[in-house]
Amino acid sequence: MGYSRYDFTPLLHSIDQWLYSVMSPAWALIVELTLIGLAFLIFYALVGLFLVYAERKVCGFIQNRVGPNRVGKYGIFQTIADFIKLLMKELIGTKDADKLLYNIAPYIVIICSFMAIGAIPFAQGLLAIDFDIGILYIISVSSLSVIGVLLAGWSSNSKYPLIGAMRSGAQIISYELSVGLSLLTIIVLAGTMQFSKIVMAQENGWFIFKGHIPAIIAFILYVIASTAETNRGPFDLAEAESELTAGYHTEYSGIKFAFFYLAEYMNMFIVASIAATVFLGGWMPLHIPAWNGFNVVMDYIPPVIWYFMKTAFVIYIIMLFKWTFPRLRIDHLLTLEWKYLLPINLVNILFMALIVLLGWHF
Amino acid sequence: MSSFFKYFSDLFKGVKSLLKGMAVTNRYFFSPGEIVTEQYPENRNKMKMYDRFKGEVIMIHNEHNQHHCTGCGICETSCPNGSIEIISKRIDLPDGKKERVIDKHIYHLGMCTFCGLCVKNCPSHALAFGQRFEHAVYDRTKLNKILNHPGSSIIKDIEE
Amino acid sequence: MNKDINAPAKQAEEVEYHVNMGPQHPSTHGVLRLCLTLEGEIIEKLEPHCGYIHRGIEKMCEKDTYQQIIHLSDRTDYVAAHMNNHAVCLLVENALQIEVPERVKYIRTIMDEMTRIQSHLLWWGCYGMDLGGMTCFFYGFRDREKILDIWEETTGARFLQSYYTPGGLMQDIHPNFQKRVKEFLKYFSKKLSDFDNILSNNVIFLERSRGVGYLSREDAINYGITGPSGRGSGFACDVRKRFPYSMYDKVDFKEILRDEGDTLARYQVRMDEMRESMHIIEQLIDNIPAGDYSAKMKPVIKLPEGEYYQRVETARGELGIYCISDGNKTPYRWKFRSPCFSNLSVLDRISRKCKIADLIAISGSLDLIIPDIDR
Repeated sequence: MGYSRYDFTPLLHSIDQWLYSVMSPAWALIVELTLIGLAFLIFYALVGLFLVYAERKVCGFIQNRVGPNRVGKYGIFQTIADFIKLLMKELIGTKDADKLLYNIAPYIVIICSFMAIGAIPFAQGLLAIDFDIGILYIISVSSLSVIGVLLAGWSSNSKYPLIGAMRSGAQIISYELSVGLSLLTIIVLAGTMQFSKIVMAQENGWFIFKGHIPAIIAFILYVIASTAETNRGPFDLAEAESELTAGYHTEYSGIKFAFFYLAEYMNMFIVASIAATVFLGGWMPLHIPAWNGFNVVMDYIPPVIWYFMKTAFVIYIIMLFKWTFPRLRIDHLLTLEWKYLLPINLVNILFMALIVLLGWHF
Repeated sequence: MSSFFKYFSDLFKGVKSLLKGMAVTNRYFFSPGEIVTEQYPENRNKMKMYDRFKGEVIMIHNEHNQHHCTGCGICETSCPNGSIEIISKRIDLPDGKKERVIDKHIYHLGMCTFCGLCVKNCPSHALAFGQRFEHAVYDRTKLNKILNHPGSSIIKDIEE
Repeated sequence: MNKDINAPAKQAEEVEYHVNMGPQHPSTHGVLRLCLTLEGEIIEKLEPHCGYIHRGIEKMCEKDTYQQIIHLSDRTDYVAAHMNNHAVCLLVENALQIEVPERVKYIRTIMDEMTRIQSHLLWWGCYGMDLGGMTCFFYGFRDREKILDIWEETTGARFLQSYYTPGGLMQDIHPNFQKRVKEFLKYFSKKLSDFDNILSNNVIFLERSRGVGYLSREDAINYGITGPSGRGSGFACDVRKRFPYSMYDKVDFKEILRDEGDTLARYQVRMDEMRESMHIIEQLIDNIPAGDYSAKMKPVIKLPEGEYYQRVETARGELGIYCISDGNKTPYRWKFRSPCFSNLSVLDRISRKCKIADLIAISGSLDLIIPDIDR
């Protein structure tokens, strides 16, 4: 197919072979891991900073404002300036806080989101590790971040953070189910959990079109549940600025606060890229069977651009949620999960299984 | 059975209301013409305050550095929080008489609440409101202003 | 920490969980301090502590002449400055039995209703923000700016106008005033549907406000809850209907009443009041009669000896002013019966057994302005 002209596999293979030819295998492995780690670290920081900027611009436009526009042209250096400010701020802790847990919590949160990013395919061949259980890996890794949130609230030895942490514990654990089940719906259709295979399976049509009704329902459910899982508005009860001042990270300042802040945006990026990969074809260009001319034109657009466009679309939807809706109350949040999302999800999986068995999908 | 239908009708009504809300915010996102932000320091030159805008109390002087203030002190008594102090002096007139005229009309901008009573009550319409509003200073003593310009005198053409 | 080894070991006993909401808290809109006793997230008891922004305005009024009191009354409930001015002016005019010109009555009524709209807009924005919808805040303030702009042209100030004066107005309306008000009415009637789509019909909002913070009609009367908060409980307390002043006995408007008594009812009363206020302005704006903008007043106003009470309907409820005059140019005693103070008193009763999130919704729906509570 035309899109394989943008395949990264040969390039990465040649780097791999060159490294192994110039040094011993052990060193080559270490160098490779270091390179990948560095690349992700830089990518992580850049995407985090860009998403903070994007969110401020999006909410600015939604609210009839212009957003940041003072630092640099259109304010593009605003987040960098903010980041430098956060780096230089004093770290203030509370008296009688559990020092070890208090200091470890931001790292747990940020490491979880950092681990998840490794399995996401950005383009053909451009992914750190291609697990055959990629989806399972991402779900399990991203659900670990609740430990960091709980620890942060508990160890702060303060009242508002504790309430925030307890809220987020109840919230993330229950919404984990819906995220898993809605992805399971697509796994039923795809028959695999490996990301590269899932993307390749969408060569002649994205899953959201292939699986039609149940896939669309699963997409909506996934977006809602994953918004809740990343603690973003309208599900930001753990932070609940107008109720709990800042929720579980009230007592954090400086770079530790920045870790929580960055992790929130990276989690949003990760859930958006999973949604893009699983439902919208990942880096796969838009192909419509039998429209060969159209497909060829689409193939000329590099897969990385496809990937980021789809991710940006999902991120915009998630941002629109946050800037439109009022916040839910904790019992309504759980009602939404256990009374609406979970039963609909279960029925949806059955429906999807039926469709796959009868061959009614495209 | 009715609860079954209620479940779904609630669900669809809820989703519909949420979509309506999202349509509004989405519309504003794609209509940058509705942006209302004032780009303040950039638009300083073309910014025009309304004529009646109460920026500060000023004393009107004509081109000969003359004003209408007779130093009667009505503004001082009508000010609710003592922002105005009138210091008058006696000068010798050519015909040997002495006359009380204003020496300093001190106006404490830092205490002023812009109630407008001094301007309204001034019998000779000597006071008015100025449109300047950038009053920030580093030292609050700079907010104590003398309204009559140095060397100014009263306009004599008003016949009693 | 108690390090005394002789002290008895602390049992794992039930300890009340106290949380201080305020004086610095994002959703108390100022410096109100609420001491909460929590059981999990359920509020067992709530104690409001006020006085953090007490400025002694009533005492300051007692050293001021009646013209000067105007600028202090602005600063109690600063979101509804015109209405507070109106109360002072009516008190002085009724005490001296001065008939103000028709033009003044018209302008005052229009200004009052514009105040009501902008006050409810500010409340709507802040209420949306309290519930977590930041966008509401900006939409509410965007439209409120338009009213402030119209006022700035006429009165010279956006916020604390001190526009009314005993006997009339400080100055006549600006020539553009009528045109711009009509433009605003046209603009705003379109924007109201946006407000409904974003918040009023939103299922999350309805779930959070329906049935929360129930206030019965009896309680509303017992606690003296007036204004939209009281009318949401079916307490017909609109001073404009019961004790008409200015033009309110001649214009056609409905007193919005609801029986539900919950947060949603108080919300809907305010939303409907905005429409009703627009209706009142529409009736008056084209018919402002020509004439003086002020009655002839003596420069020094001295009220005859006696006690006076004047009430007006502000955006938050009934504002009463009680004044004792000893015949001097300053009052002997001056007392504001401010609506927010009474409305705050019921907060403990209606927010018990609610969650913290509900408390935010309830206190927002009472529309408290903290300087009005403390004065």
